[in-house]
Amino acid sequence: MSAATLFGLCAAALIGIGLYGLIVNPHPLRKILAFNVVGSGVFMLFGAIARRGAAAGMGGDPVPQALLITGIVVAFSATALAVALLLRLFDETRSVSLASDAPDKTQPGVDDV
Amino acid sequence: MSAVINLWTVIAVSGGAVFFLAGTTGLLRFPDAFTRLHALTKADNLGLGLVVLGLLPQMDSVSGGLKLLCIWGLVLLSGATASQLIARALVRRDVQR
Amino acid sequence: MSDALNIGLAGLILGLALWSIVAREAFAAVEGFMAFGLLLTLAWVQLHGIDVALTEAAIGGGLTGALLIGAATRLRSTEAAARVEGPGAPTRWLAAGVSVAVTAALAVGVLALPVPAPTLAPDVAAHIAVTGVGNPITAVLLAFRAMDTLLEAIVLLFALIGVWSLAPDRFWGGRPGLRQQADPNGILAYVARVLPPIGVIAGIYIFWVGADHPGGKFQGATLMAAMWLLVMMAGLADAPPISRTWLRILLVAGPLVFIAIGVVGVVTADAFLAYPPGIAKPLILVIEFALMPTLTLILGLMLVGAPQRGPLP
Repeated sequence: MSAATLFGLCAAALIGIGLYGLIVNPHPLRKILAFNVVGSGVFMLFGAIARRGAAAGMGGDPVPQALLITGIVVAFSATALAVALLLRLFDETRSVSLASDAPDKTQPGVDDV
Repeated sequence: MSAVINLWTVIAVSGGAVFFLAGTTGLLRFPDAFTRLHALTKADNLGLGLVVLGLLPQMDSVSGGLKLLCIWGLVLLSGATASQLIARALVRRDVQR
Repeated sequence: MSDALNIGLAGLILGLALWSIVAREAFAAVEGFMAFGLLLTLAWVQLHGIDVALTEAAIGGGLTGALLIGAATRLRSTEAAARVEGPGAPTRWLAAGVSVAVTAALAVGVLALPVPAPTLAPDVAAHIAVTGVGNPITAVLLAFRAMDTLLEAIVLLFALIGVWSLAPDRFWGGRPGLRQQADPNGILAYVARVLPPIGVIAGIYIFWVGADHPGGKFQGATLMAAMWLLVMMAGLADAPPISRTWLRILLVAGPLVFIAIGVVGVVTADAFLAYPPGIAKPLILVIEFALMPTLTLILGLMLVGAPQRGPLP
């Protein structure tokens, strides 16, 4: 089996693992983490396809590879924004629950001193 | 000549692998964090060092060899720092208890 | 032999991904994720994507890992409450079923990819000489698909503005993150004095060789940002207040230079972001030099987070 096929299948499994974590882990930070696993899987799948496009003396198709670099950096910025949102939620409510019936611990003004 | 060089590479890299194996075993089996840190730094320092020394004669340029040595040096520095920080944090925690 | 190595690597990657999903503690899960990122780097090398491997090591494993580990430490007290909220067995089984179905569909897709594979590599090889750079990835990033890279730089800037805008009103314009307390004579301060000169040179080197060899501004900027973060963590320097004019100028300088060169292209080369023949390489260098400080600051500040201290009196 070629490396491209092997890591393509590995990527498919990564996407499945991340998706499962995204659904069943109730903690938002774990959801962000799982989302990054899904992202890594998508990137790796794209990389396997890039590897199959090896031609003209290049080890892989450079166009998808360049887009991957863009993608990894953008994924980081999205993660940073998500973590910042989560930390602000925690600072305001001392809880990060996403449940709709979670006890509301919001006490406006307490943090604002 | 190249046979001697290749033999040196095989011996040194294998030696490095032994240290990595021993370090990993120690990490899994040692009783507390301090001894586990000790095992880990052995793998980093000696294991990687032997691998680098083994690969040196295989490099086709001097700058390539220097890069390898730089990597070893940087890993030594970061490994020493990280284990110091972890160990100090542990000592502080033990004192507070 | 190489096959066995790849299969072992793929197995380890999947094992660590599983660990980062099922581990009980978020901190342990994030640690698994960082090791996962480093192993992905090896997978990228096996897929002949050295540039991607460098980016994954620097950003995917390094910066993202540092970001998540910081968050996991701060949110430790919320984990027990979240554990109780876990879904019941039916949801879990349904989620597992959906995940397996998605994986199976993708696997079928991977095995049914067209042969011969479509590729743009010959096109890149045919036109790379015009750009004057030797690394095909850099040619794609800054010439053939320069629009993507421009938009990416703007997305990064917007993400940073988004992070900043999460500051409570009273801290707007203040310094991001908490003041770091570290022993000025401790080991961390020592490393923060010794390592940055080496790290900055390595960062500039990776940035500079990116024209002709694997490397480039993203990887270089990440290294520089890491050195800056180390100095801040050791308490040797403080994060700048976000209201500083020099900071804001540097943050927009990269995208602005990029856009300006793009607009000039409309006049001189008949298309936005087209370079006049003959001076493509110098223009690419100007863009990269302008983007480098912008990227370094954005990546570093994004990790530090929203302002948490009041503005200077």
